[in-house]
Amino acid sequence: MLRAFVPLGIFALIGGVLWSGIGKDPSLLPSPLINQPAPEFSATTLEDPERVISKTSLLGTAYLLNVFGSWCITCRYEHPVLMDYARKGEFKIVGLNWNDTREDAKRWLAQFGNPYEQIIFDADGRLGIDFGVTGAPESFVISADGRVLYKYVGALSPEEIEKRVKPLLAGGAQ
Amino acid sequence: MMPEVAQIALILALILAVVQATVPILGAHLRDSAMMSLARPAAYGQFFFLAIAYAILTHGFLIQDFSIAYVAQNSNLALPWHYRFSAVWGAHEGSLLLWVLILSGWTVALAALSRSLPENFMARALGVLGIVSIGFLLFTLLTSNPFERHVPPLSDGNDLNPLLQDFGLIVHPPMLYMGYVGFAVAFAFAVAALIEGRVDRQWVRWSRPWTNVAWAFLTIGIALGSWWAYYELGWGGWWFWDPVENASFLPWLVGAALIHSQAVTEKRGTFAAWTLLLAICAFSLSLLGTFLVRSGVLTSVHAFASDPTRGIFILVFLVIVTGGALTLYAIRAPRLASAPPVALYSRESLLLLNNILLMTAAAMVLLGTLYPLVAEALGWGKISVGPPYFGLMFFVLMAPLVWLIPFGPLTRWKGDSVGRVWLGLRTALALAAVVAAISWVTHQDLPLKAIGGIAAGAWVIFGTLSFLLQRIRKAAPGRRLTAEMIGMSLAHLGVGIFVLGVVVTESLNIERDVRMQPGDVVEVAGYQVALIAVEHREGPNFVADEGIFEIRDDGVLKSIQHPQKRRYLRGQVMTEAALDAGFFSDFYIAMGEPIGTEGAWAVRLYYKPMIRWVWLGALMMMFGGFISAAERRLRQTVKTRDESEQPVETNLADLPERA
Repeated sequence: MLRAFVPLGIFALIGGVLWSGIGKDPSLLPSPLINQPAPEFSATTLEDPERVISKTSLLGTAYLLNVFGSWCITCRYEHPVLMDYARKGEFKIVGLNWNDTREDAKRWLAQFGNPYEQIIFDADGRLGIDFGVTGAPESFVISADGRVLYKYVGALSPEEIEKRVKPLLAGGAQ
Repeated sequence: MMPEVAQIALILALILAVVQATVPILGAHLRDSAMMSLARPAAYGQFFFLAIAYAILTHGFLIQDFSIAYVAQNSNLALPWHYRFSAVWGAHEGSLLLWVLILSGWTVALAALSRSLPENFMARALGVLGIVSIGFLLFTLLTSNPFERHVPPLSDGNDLNPLLQDFGLIVHPPMLYMGYVGFAVAFAFAVAALIEGRVDRQWVRWSRPWTNVAWAFLTIGIALGSWWAYYELGWGGWWFWDPVENASFLPWLVGAALIHSQAVTEKRGTFAAWTLLLAICAFSLSLLGTFLVRSGVLTSVHAFASDPTRGIFILVFLVIVTGGALTLYAIRAPRLASAPPVALYSRESLLLLNNILLMTAAAMVLLGTLYPLVAEALGWGKISVGPPYFGLMFFVLMAPLVWLIPFGPLTRWKGDSVGRVWLGLRTALALAAVVAAISWVTHQDLPLKAIGGIAAGAWVIFGTLSFLLQRIRKAAPGRRLTAEMIGMSLAHLGVGIFVLGVVVTESLNIERDVRMQPGDVVEVAGYQVALIAVEHREGPNFVADEGIFEIRDDGVLKSIQHPQKRRYLRGQVMTEAALDAGFFSDFYIAMGEPIGTEGAWAVRLYYKPMIRWVWLGALMMMFGGFISAAERRLRQTVKTRDESEQPVETNLADLPERA
């Protein structure tokens, strides 16, 4: 007789999971890094495996750090938005090419355009782990003195950039 | 004035839904004929008022009444008139109104066409549909009112999402909703049966065409979405295992299982409780899909404007409807379960296997879709499982199902011998092997998995054809091929065609990203693709760069293509790919970004062999669903004595055998 209650039990479980998901913006993640100094890093650039780019070399201006990969479908949704802001030149965008190969990433940028001033190449995903990246696309706002001000999971929309990213960038510029 | 009239119409519809949900069910309990007879007029009246509200919203779009906030958000003066028509369901509020209207339409159809069913049973079924309708009307009125005013009125509106300014997406949502909502009928029948506490063969027979039609609509809805993603999104894929795609695929899988288990219950009386459970699941998953799309709990490329209040509302509603139905099931189902044992090899056992595989696949897709939520609830952080998980699991589960398909129709009910069925399928297997061998010889680069897939697709096609042939040769004239058999065979052939399309296009497609400037020629799959020029174009609400390409086969002009890169007034950039579509292969050209200053562009060239077969297969499944729903037998009343008063388990011996 108890068998007949199994579907109800499964449904209760699913309902519980759904309940836990309500109200949490799946895009906005509290990150333990917020207001903490960004992790130290030193990596090569995407264009040139000889050139080194590090946290220190990026200090001085606040910037948007955008995690992307040529394999990432949602990145293609986000891309025109970033291209727009890059064209307007309102703030600095730094790319973090994550779990990708140089060839694929370059081809991807050649096809869709390159909104990034500089691109960090993170082939083995080590840097992604330091930043607590959960997937692509993902974005961080890093202040001029190298603190993480903000983290966003998923494709940035123009509204999100206007509402949250730009004020933070302006505030973090010193 | 008009929006306020629509508002009142919605409230009146809600009042009628409350009447429809309470009085007839109570009447059925009290055996009060007058109360039960209220169900039909209440359903008709509700449809009338909803149609008024819907017409007013459409009118608002057509005359561009920007004092309605929803109209202002989703259209502007430049929007062509035919898109104003479809903009009604272009965003959350309006599409919800369409959902309720379609539900009401199905209810009216059911009320009008089911006069031959027992009065108290229909009163309960229509009452259940009334409950569903109350939920969605409350949802519309309380959280998502499409008739809210914008004060002061705007002189021009925003724009319809450019992704939705396209034929494929105009018809995609209505078809999908027809499917989702169609399962409400099977759900209402199941709940009514649980309230009565017995499964009557009459209504199982009756509900079969409804399930088939709902499933057919869902099939075409999903196929349209996939086709649209292919030509509109600009990267040539046709399925992405996106949460929203999964949300529509789940009820499809369960619906397919339900179609098969209803056949068993109707013809043999077995699996009665299981059929009820599937009917509840199919509709609940339709509701869950609605929840996932509109609550904002999962990130998706489709996501509607998400809102936690809406999420809570739908979840509470889901708990009432599904939780209520499953509680009823838990209490009543043990009483139903007295089915005769199933022979080890019989039509029943094969269909049971079909159901197990389809339901496992559904559970697997559900788990993958909800996994990010589960992981977060358990504190594992935000994770999502990607296409590799779905691709592998689905292959493992669907491969045996596909191989079993030809056995089903040839196997007798009650019990059969594998040897006998096998005799009828030897030729089909031989032909499938020949096809696999030929494709291996001609395409040595095909992986083994693809050869297996081609063999499987061919096996389903030849197996189904040999069923049809044997039927025509052996059965008595007049009952050789019923609509039901033709529909079933067509759907099975569709599966075969679909499998062939998927396997070939996934393993033989060619993708090339190249830099091209006017005058350049690139060779792809033996064809020469030349970029002639890039020109500037202006549309009603967008500007575009248009590439002009010539595709030549050994110098002979095959076609001229015009892919575009569009920028809409709102600022979105859209890739309008150009397609040279053919039965055996597609040529797909998409414009990337301009490179440098000399007029060069990044261009994406795809060669996709047999991709049309993917949708052709889906189309055949859809027609199969519609044709089998036209089966005359399913609309006749059961002739066995006292059928409507006898639970099905007691008179199994009287059932005529149908092979």
